[in-house]
Amino acid sequence: MGTTITIKNLTKRFGDVVAVNNVSLTIEAETFITLLGPSGCGKTTLLRCVAGLEDPDEGEIYIGDRLVFSRARGISVPAGQRDIGLVFQNYALWPHMTVYKNMSFALEIRKLPKDEIDKRVKESLAEVKMLGYENRYPREMSGGQQQRIALARMLAYRPKVFLMDEPLSNLDARLRMDMRAELKRLHYVAGATTIYVTHDQVEALTMSSLIAVMKDGVLQQVDTPDRVYRCPSNLFVADFIGNPKVNLLEGVVDGQGCVDLGEFKVAMDTQGVEGKVVLAIRPEDIAAYTEPTPGAVKFTVYSVLPSGADSIIVARTGEREVTIRVPGISPIKMDDSVWLKFDPQMINLYDGATGNLVAVRKV
Amino acid sequence: MGVPEVLQPPLSLRILAAYRRFIRWLTSARVLLALILLVMMVYLILVPLYRMVETTVTYQERDVLAVPDAVPGQLTAYHWVRMLASRVSRVFLYAPLQHSLVVATGATLLAMLIGSILAWLVIRTDMPGRHLVNNLATIPYIMPSWTIAMAWKVMFNTRVAGGTPGLLEYLIGRPVPTWLAYGPIPIIISSALHYYTFFFLFVSAALMSIDSNLEEAAELAGASRSRILRRITFPLVLPALLSGFIMTFSKVMGTFGGPNVLGTPVRYYVIATMIRSNVAIGEFADGFVLAVVLILFTIVTIYINQRLIGTRKSYETIGGRGFVAHVARLGPWRKVLAAGVIVFQVLVIALPLGLLAYDTFMLHPGNYSLSNFTLHYWIGKSDINIANGAPGVLRNPKIYSSAWNSIRLSLVTAFFTALLGVILGYAIVKGRGTRLSKLVEQISFIPYVIPGIAFGAVYISMFSKRVGPIPPLYGTFALLVIVSVAKHIPYSARSGVSAMLQVGRELEEAGQIAGADLWQRFKRIIFPLTSAGFVSGFLLTFITTMRELSLIILLVTPATQVLASQTMRYTENGDTQMANAVILILITLVLIGNFVIGRFRGGSLKKGLGM
Repeated sequence: MGTTITIKNLTKRFGDVVAVNNVSLTIEAETFITLLGPSGCGKTTLLRCVAGLEDPDEGEIYIGDRLVFSRARGISVPAGQRDIGLVFQNYALWPHMTVYKNMSFALEIRKLPKDEIDKRVKESLAEVKMLGYENRYPREMSGGQQQRIALARMLAYRPKVFLMDEPLSNLDARLRMDMRAELKRLHYVAGATTIYVTHDQVEALTMSSLIAVMKDGVLQQVDTPDRVYRCPSNLFVADFIGNPKVNLLEGVVDGQGCVDLGEFKVAMDTQGVEGKVVLAIRPEDIAAYTEPTPGAVKFTVYSVLPSGADSIIVARTGEREVTIRVPGISPIKMDDSVWLKFDPQMINLYDGATGNLVAVRKV
Repeated sequence: MGVPEVLQPPLSLRILAAYRRFIRWLTSARVLLALILLVMMVYLILVPLYRMVETTVTYQERDVLAVPDAVPGQLTAYHWVRMLASRVSRVFLYAPLQHSLVVATGATLLAMLIGSILAWLVIRTDMPGRHLVNNLATIPYIMPSWTIAMAWKVMFNTRVAGGTPGLLEYLIGRPVPTWLAYGPIPIIISSALHYYTFFFLFVSAALMSIDSNLEEAAELAGASRSRILRRITFPLVLPALLSGFIMTFSKVMGTFGGPNVLGTPVRYYVIATMIRSNVAIGEFADGFVLAVVLILFTIVTIYINQRLIGTRKSYETIGGRGFVAHVARLGPWRKVLAAGVIVFQVLVIALPLGLLAYDTFMLHPGNYSLSNFTLHYWIGKSDINIANGAPGVLRNPKIYSSAWNSIRLSLVTAFFTALLGVILGYAIVKGRGTRLSKLVEQISFIPYVIPGIAFGAVYISMFSKRVGPIPPLYGTFALLVIVSVAKHIPYSARSGVSAMLQVGRELEEAGQIAGADLWQRFKRIIFPLTSAGFVSGFLLTFITTMRELSLIILLVTPATQVLASQTMRYTENGDTQMANAVILILITLVLIGNFVIGRFRGGSLKKGLGM
């Protein structure tokens, strides 16, 4: 049921601010793609351009093989004719209409017969498990229920593309977890191509088939969640993805198969890279020993943050500080000595000047 | 999937693309509506202003009588020289202008004093009966502005000035001094007692929004109560005082009723009454010169005030978080004070009404004994010896047709004003940040600074001839509607904007996504969601139009008389009792309207003033 979406050289400015900067992106049918980035990175603007709520200043947008926007040709298909559905951050349920009216609105405009409208409304309500709420007004429902109705309103007219603008950000943590599973399931069942906007990396990593990371209106990386997590294409993405954050250590490649970090050296395959680099290693890819171990460097524990499933350890040597994640509740205490060993297979190297990925980890 | 590459297209395609973009821009909801509004407002506000100024600098047909070699239509400074620098300038311009300034300044200051004190007592003290004071404070404003002036005349009229004795003179048996009966002092007092409501509403809103911590901080710093009032509270309410000042000053500058009742009989002319007398004898150009002067003076005064206090206007959000209202304890005198305030308010409302009613039952003017009692002015048949043969108001077809005109005018005006408010609000809010939206907002503000009588004058010049597809409208009912709607544009824009701001933009966008076109979005989303604002705007306009006089006095004809203009006609003919009976009918209708407002959720005078 899904359809491809092709975005070509899209630019959108607000005055002097370039909200979306020359973005090109091809989204295959039935993909669940997340636009991820900090607030103000242009992800919502990009979504609104696809929806037809904003007209870009440059570029083209295709939905399927239908050109819905082209600056050069002066084409912009109205939002209502793009065969898309949009769930707003604050749901945007019409407060003066019942659930039923909210859902039948678009169907009435499409002049569907009455019994067909009724059937579709009931079906969609069943899909979000909200049958029986037809005559409620939005204000008579909880935030989570309103969220479900907003989804059902979109489902009712069966668009080929789902657009979602931070739909879970107004829910509490518990509900958000539940809804993630529901949304993923809905996408799986409906098969509609989905563009999902969020600043929450966990949401992006758990739900998407593809993540597009944005910063200052520019696409930084478009990849599977796995690739985005393991091989961030530049320092911004590396720093943005992962909690706790990746360790970023400035150093120099010494030409003898080591990265010299000053206090100590890390042996690895430097893949021909030279000069200043930033070494990136995830906290879980550092092994911690309580006794001196060959190849391990001695650190002093600065702080320990156990959280049940794992513990975060912050350790220092000289000016260097690294974060380590170890499974379970760690027996290590503050001011203990630990010996840390970096897994050379797990290290990414970034160019010291450009911040781009230059040596990719093995696993 | 074969998606073609973006190539540089040939010129013809680029022109086509630019054309399509232009059409789409033009037909986008906010632009389309803004442009329609712009054309409408240019036509209703700017063109009439231009036509009025044009009239003042060209010879008119009748000028041939005074200037033998004048060619009608030719450019000339004749009218300006005549009004500004000739033997008649003093009488026609300088004296009335001086009077207007004295009256407007005096009335504004007195209204400010009364309104601010009442606001402070209600919001910031432990005076009992504050709720009642609050409710009573808006009633004088609901009544026609010249109500108190007419009652004043009943009370203080004097034979010295050529009238019939008022109640006071009848009771004490001695002539009342002219300065008390007519002229600036009565005009100032009667206007201030009407307009103090503005200051009361503005200042109480400001006082309510000030965090008492600011005052308590000063108290802890050791400041005395009067020092706190002067140094902390006063500067914080200054913006509110300024708003009240601008509103009141420009209203009094253009007000016709009060000065006509209490000034004209002793030849104490203000600009408004002088414009009327010029227009009444057909000297349009001269009258328009006065109107232009009046507009300029009003704008300059407002500008100076904004300049003086302008830099301080930025206290807008004071406090922000929850605050505690600091209540000044008035001590043992608080009950006496409360009684005094309430008696004052009731007197200001009830005494005028009582006097007017009393007067309508007196057959011969100037005799207030019971033996003079009559119902003639209410239900009497036509008698050539009384009131120039006019039958009592309740069996007078002219009164019924005027009342119907008043109601009709108010209903139609209120409907269009409220409708315009929603559309203006939409165009302004949706286009926020664009030059078009700013332009619409700025032009919509212009009628605010044009005094009522001048605005009416503007419309004489505009619609006395055919303009484009519009036939000459002078003397028609439609013209009264148009001028009333146009004068209300600033208020409808303001309330429309605040109503629209409460409708999140996603609600309309969700409609766009669903495929609804502009009309469907308005019909099914925007109108329903702004209906509360629509209703309160409608009712408020209904009341203000009902008792509007200055705006339409130059435009009514015998066929389009409304109750407000009837009171003036009877007053000018010396049929005081008839005039008073008519104004009582008008007040009754207005009070009924106000009662209806109270019935509606969300409708209130405060909201209608855009607060």
